[in-house]
Amino acid sequence: MTTAYTFDILVLGAGLAGMRAALAAHEGGAKVAILTKVHPVRSHSNAAQGGINAALTDRGDTWEDHAFDTVKGSDFLGDQDAIEILAEEAGQDILALEHMGVIFNRNDEGRLGTRRFGGQKRARTFFVSDFTGQAILHVLYEQILKANLPVFEEWFATSVVRDNDGRCAGVVAFEIRSGQFAFVKAKAVIIAAGGLGRVFEPSTNAMICTGDGMAIAYRAGAPLMDMEMVQYHPTTLKGKGLLITEAARGEGAYLINGDGERFMEQYAPNMMELASRDVVSRAEQIEINEGRGINGCVLLDCRNLGKRLIQERLGQIFEEAKTFANIDLTEEPIPIRPGMHYNMGGIKTDVDGRCWDIQGKWEGVTGLFAAGETACLSLHGGNRLGANSLLDTVVFGRRAGACAAAYAQSVEEPRVSDSVSDKGQKMVQEFLKRKANTDTVAAIRLDLGTTMNKHLGVFRDLEGMEAAQAHLPALRDRWSRVAIQDKGQVFNTSLVQGLELSMMLDCAETIVLGALTRTESRGAHFRTDYIQRDDESWLKHILVYHNSKGLPRMDYLPVRITQWEPQVRVY
Amino acid sequence: MPTTFRIKRFNPESESPQPYFQEYELETEQSDTVLDALIKIRESVDDSLTLRCSCRGAICGSCGMRINGHAALACKTKVVSLESPDGTVQVEPMNNMPVIKDLVTDMDGFWDKIRQVQPWLQPAGPKPEAEYIASPESMNHLTGVMGCIMCGACVSDCAALEVDHQFIGPAALAKAYRFVADPRDGASPSRLLALNTPGGMWDCTRCMECIEVCPKEVGAMDRIMDLRAKGIDQGMPSTCGSRHAEVFADLIEHKGRLDEPLLAMRTFGLKNIGQMLSFLPMTLRALVRGKLPRSGPLHRAIPGIDRIRRLFRHTRNLP
Repeated sequence: MTTAYTFDILVLGAGLAGMRAALAAHEGGAKVAILTKVHPVRSHSNAAQGGINAALTDRGDTWEDHAFDTVKGSDFLGDQDAIEILAEEAGQDILALEHMGVIFNRNDEGRLGTRRFGGQKRARTFFVSDFTGQAILHVLYEQILKANLPVFEEWFATSVVRDNDGRCAGVVAFEIRSGQFAFVKAKAVIIAAGGLGRVFEPSTNAMICTGDGMAIAYRAGAPLMDMEMVQYHPTTLKGKGLLITEAARGEGAYLINGDGERFMEQYAPNMMELASRDVVSRAEQIEINEGRGINGCVLLDCRNLGKRLIQERLGQIFEEAKTFANIDLTEEPIPIRPGMHYNMGGIKTDVDGRCWDIQGKWEGVTGLFAAGETACLSLHGGNRLGANSLLDTVVFGRRAGACAAAYAQSVEEPRVSDSVSDKGQKMVQEFLKRKANTDTVAAIRLDLGTTMNKHLGVFRDLEGMEAAQAHLPALRDRWSRVAIQDKGQVFNTSLVQGLELSMMLDCAETIVLGALTRTESRGAHFRTDYIQRDDESWLKHILVYHNSKGLPRMDYLPVRITQWEPQVRVY
Repeated sequence: MPTTFRIKRFNPESESPQPYFQEYELETEQSDTVLDALIKIRESVDDSLTLRCSCRGAICGSCGMRINGHAALACKTKVVSLESPDGTVQVEPMNNMPVIKDLVTDMDGFWDKIRQVQPWLQPAGPKPEAEYIASPESMNHLTGVMGCIMCGACVSDCAALEVDHQFIGPAALAKAYRFVADPRDGASPSRLLALNTPGGMWDCTRCMECIEVCPKEVGAMDRIMDLRAKGIDQGMPSTCGSRHAEVFADLIEHKGRLDEPLLAMRTFGLKNIGQMLSFLPMTLRALVRGKLPRSGPLHRAIPGIDRIRRLFRHTRNLP
């Protein structure tokens, strides 16, 4: 395969982190392109509903308060130097978004309005109704059009290529529409390909959230960190698991159990429904497990909010409840339950998006960067605060783009032989040639998802996690034999989903391994066989390295603490 | 409940690539959407059935397609909500764009038209140090338009686009309006000027399909009418479109009814002989079929015209 395209920087993924990174790299003078498996405005950043956090000093807020809330939310696993940057630079990035054209909600003075969100003492969440992610995503795409950056739309990346010195040299990808493979050469690659939600079933995540970015970085040698930390959102609809925004509770909605009690009084007497997500999800699951739920759910009661507020600020979930649950939420409470929503872990990066270790060396692949949900700094530690994920994407997307631009200027072109041998292309050819059997990609995916949800959910224990670990090789074996009916080159979505499944299996392996290794309960990782947080042994991150010949290798990094020593976490 | 899905298929790699319908019988549940059904078909019967989909929650805009003849998001359309005489659900790719495979359309042309409106904020002065000050009402209003997820449903079912491929279309015009109505944007005059051309904002025929099919209640046609009103307010250089609107109102005010020949003459100008002649065949056909009202000085105002004129005066005096 010959080199078809050459850039300084290639960004994988066109959600908020990817587009923000591309714009920053472009402003930094680099020749940059974006490669994405869906059109940019179809990216999953769309689904972020509630808002984006920032402590603006002219509102009497301080970034230190925001940083502390984030540290506490992370159950003291977040790296505090990164969290300080997140909180300190938040204000400038919110204003930059506003100047680009985001239609943020305004208060009566015509200035940016805020709403309350979970795990935070102050109202510092800026928002656009209840589709903040979509509103920002479309504006960033407007900026991509303005800058006229090349976008490889509907291209699927199968591997990160390293040159003869081990440096990142670009990616191999194929155009979904034609099935044609190409090597896209780049001095730096920024992976911003989103999360892995579909590894779990059900999940709030879109069907495209299959952990591809993490898996191809992992296969290329970059370590994944904090993978055991999987967030279950407290309010998801039964069935498909669609998200009901935390903004409902931020605006004042209650959680009640089957007996009509506001049960959060028992679990978080101060913050009530606005405790951290891990705390609320556990409380709900206990209510459900102990028989105080209704058909496996508890209730979210929005009736006290009033029709006008719901119309102006929660219009999307109003429609969602009507369409998917047949409920008018101004009249009736909605049945909800905890559901898989976000992975705190990802490709280990430093505060400039580099896949570096704490000694300042390229731990993974030189020239590889990551940002957004794909990456792990670690900002969110054991539990992410609502409305910190959008902030993460714009702050660290921008920083990764700027740093990658400077890096690209400082290095030579990668040296790769003209024909890059690519396992991806061979794998696709082999995959398409397989003879049909009774198994399907969908069946394996469902088996994986339900296994992960059963054993790696809100409550975990040794027995369950070992059962999951023991089941994964069987799923891999099935994947190696499964065939698809569509043998075509043009827009073969079955092929794409087959490749995605192999990425999901890699991600699952690291989640289970991390969770089995961490013998404590912290943040979203709650083990019924180790119910206490253990700062003595576990104030550290677990890193997992790919090993094609056997079990992955593991390593540890201490949590970086700047000003907040771990304390008892009460809401 | 068994439902028959009649799906339009097209495989560009087959020996003779022609679109055809294929039927699938499927057990559906009360809660199933059309997307659920299509996924079930893919997963249990035929994985070569190709469509775009992602979020399942009507926010990513991937699964636009025509369901029983009208564009919709498959993920937002409940199977039980569909009524058809023979109990089947017919699914086809969106209209007004080329088909790549089965239900997947080529949206490049759609995006080219979005690009035409320079869809990014163009502020007038220097950036303020903090945020731009804007009224909550103006932002709430724009939030409704910003709800557009670019699914293409309005473009698919646009009657004007079907006959006039140059028409910029409802999605791009709604996008343009989003900037024209933004108090932070400084380029409204040039934006409106750019739309005051053939294929621009005057080419909408007001069939209302875009309003009907929009899954996010963006109301593209209403936004197009808003653009026209803003154009006229800004003293848009006279065009057939703006004259048509003004003459229309003028005739109603003076006669209480529409006088089509006069409307055409005054819109295009009597001296525009070429245009007048081009109307001749249509006029003759209309005459033969008795569809031409009496016109000219003989065409008197309707009884009660005073009440209509009072309505005009009242409307003009509204704040």
